[in-house]
Amino acid sequence: MIELLAQTGLNAIYAAAYLSLVAVGLVLIFGVMGVINFAHGELFMLGAYAVVALYSGANMPFLLVAAIGLVFVGCVGLLMEVSMFGPLRDNPLGGLVASIGFLLMLQALVSMGFGVRMEHVPPVTQSVIEFSDKVRLPVQRLFVILAAAMFLALLWLFLKRTRFGWALRASAQDPEAAALQGISARQASMIAMFIGASLAGIAGALTAPLNSVNPHMGHAVIVAAFIVIIVGGVGSLEGAVFAAVAYAVIHTVVTTFWDGVIADIVGLSLMLLVLIVKPTGLFGTADRA
Amino acid sequence: MPDRVVRALLAAAFVGLLLLLPYGLSFSQQEILVFLTINILVVSSYRLLTLTGEWSLGHVVIMGVGAYGSALLSKELGVPVPISMVLGALTAALVAYGLSFPLLRMKGFYFLIGSFAAGEIIRLLWKRFRDPFGGPKGIKQIDPMPDFDIVIWRFDFFEPVSYYYFSLAVVGLCLWIMWRIERSPVGLTFHAVHWQDRLAEAAGINVRAYRTMAFVIASGFSGLAGALLAHYIGTVNPNSFDIEQMVFVLTWAIVGGTSTFRGPILGCIVLTVLNEIVLREIGLEQGRPFVYGLVLILSVLFLPKGLEGLIEKAGKLRLPGRTLPSG
Repeated sequence: MIELLAQTGLNAIYAAAYLSLVAVGLVLIFGVMGVINFAHGELFMLGAYAVVALYSGANMPFLLVAAIGLVFVGCVGLLMEVSMFGPLRDNPLGGLVASIGFLLMLQALVSMGFGVRMEHVPPVTQSVIEFSDKVRLPVQRLFVILAAAMFLALLWLFLKRTRFGWALRASAQDPEAAALQGISARQASMIAMFIGASLAGIAGALTAPLNSVNPHMGHAVIVAAFIVIIVGGVGSLEGAVFAAVAYAVIHTVVTTFWDGVIADIVGLSLMLLVLIVKPTGLFGTADRA
Repeated sequence: MPDRVVRALLAAAFVGLLLLLPYGLSFSQQEILVFLTINILVVSSYRLLTLTGEWSLGHVVIMGVGAYGSALLSKELGVPVPISMVLGALTAALVAYGLSFPLLRMKGFYFLIGSFAAGEIIRLLWKRFRDPFGGPKGIKQIDPMPDFDIVIWRFDFFEPVSYYYFSLAVVGLCLWIMWRIERSPVGLTFHAVHWQDRLAEAAGINVRAYRTMAFVIASGFSGLAGALLAHYIGTVNPNSFDIEQMVFVLTWAIVGGTSTFRGPILGCIVLTVLNEIVLREIGLEQGRPFVYGLVLILSVLFLPKGLEGLIEKAGKLRLPGRTLPSG
């Protein structure tokens, strides 16, 4: 039993790691621009396909491919900002609807380029850390956990310690006052969009060898990320990380003892419950919607 | 000729045109015509929902509730098909009534996310419970409409033309009811709830009750559309009602413009024709989601009032020309 719990715990930490990367990006975008990016799961998917194309396809080193994936998906995020979210800045609902359109376009493009079948990504390393017979942590998963921790720490440092980070947070708190201080709202939202998208991209790239990569994989990711950001409070980065951990634990436990679909239903019901009882989320204060 | 006669003649000509429409078309185009008719009901019921100002992402799943309901009632309980469709629609309305308690506590963006979550839960229930919903593969071999005769026409429901006439009658009736609802005091109150909810409340209107009413009625019509679809194609599964289908409905509504009754219908027809004729001709059918996504983005960006707005604009451009001679 203890072994089962330990293994479930390890699985939960892994799920929490990549999920919080996705959710934090989503929250950052919402915080600065006031728009929910429905296509965020597809940005994750693009990161995974960068690995399919360059790592399993062109045999480039995995870390280099992950870095390319990060920059590439970040640039797709910039494209979204310039083409949709920027012009629709006074119309957050319109921005959301437009991002649903973008989601469909990305799915269709990837389906046309790679086909709808599941892609096989060869593992980067086969080695496994064995704590005991039944408690095992594949090194690839450990790598994702460490990378996620590193990126979250970097983001935290960026937001709290650099001038750009301050500007970004100021713009999220009060765009008008920030603008009066000479902070360009447009610049802030472009930075937020690049960072948010690239975090989703790197999460998708790093987990690609462990995931079933297909053009529709973003759906499960965006559903999980929505649950996490609603439960954590749409404006709160700390809340997103906390909720990602909580959700990963609940989801993994329910999956272990019942099954995955029931776990999804439980997660969505939790989200509805939070929406009913405390729409600002457990950690949220600001309500921009 | 008096106005009424002209109008009656025009209406008769329009109905005649609709009845003759399938004869110029190939078999597959006739099938598309059936889908188009059903989709018009879906998108019109969606507009009814948006009248009170809420944009749902669960409307297609509610349509699925009607489809599953009618399919199961006819297949498992042996309810005769046309009756099962009505019961399926009622099931959808009932489920929507249940959902209205959590969902209508939310507004705007929260409602959007909440309706998405509720829809996903329903879809996952279909997937998870093989009995009675059939799991991921859904329900197959749903009973077709029984054939029957009306005077000169033999309704053979394996023929798309027959099913087209049948759904045309049903959808026509539904559209007429929705039109009447919108023109009635109830419909005017929907508008008030959308644009002036504080004022409406101050005037003694139970805003929540009217929002519930719009949600339930729209869901019932959507469920009926789902039932029509289920007994035509004979199979339903959770993926026939996923977010991609919802985007199609959203695109029809937004491209057409939701400010008028005919806007979404116009959007549905224009995009279906564009899709079936243009995309099929140049062999880009696979690209349908891509085109829909692009069209959705472009219309959000550049056509805030939809195609209907274009017509309005064209009308305004012509206006000076018309007023000059008289002035």
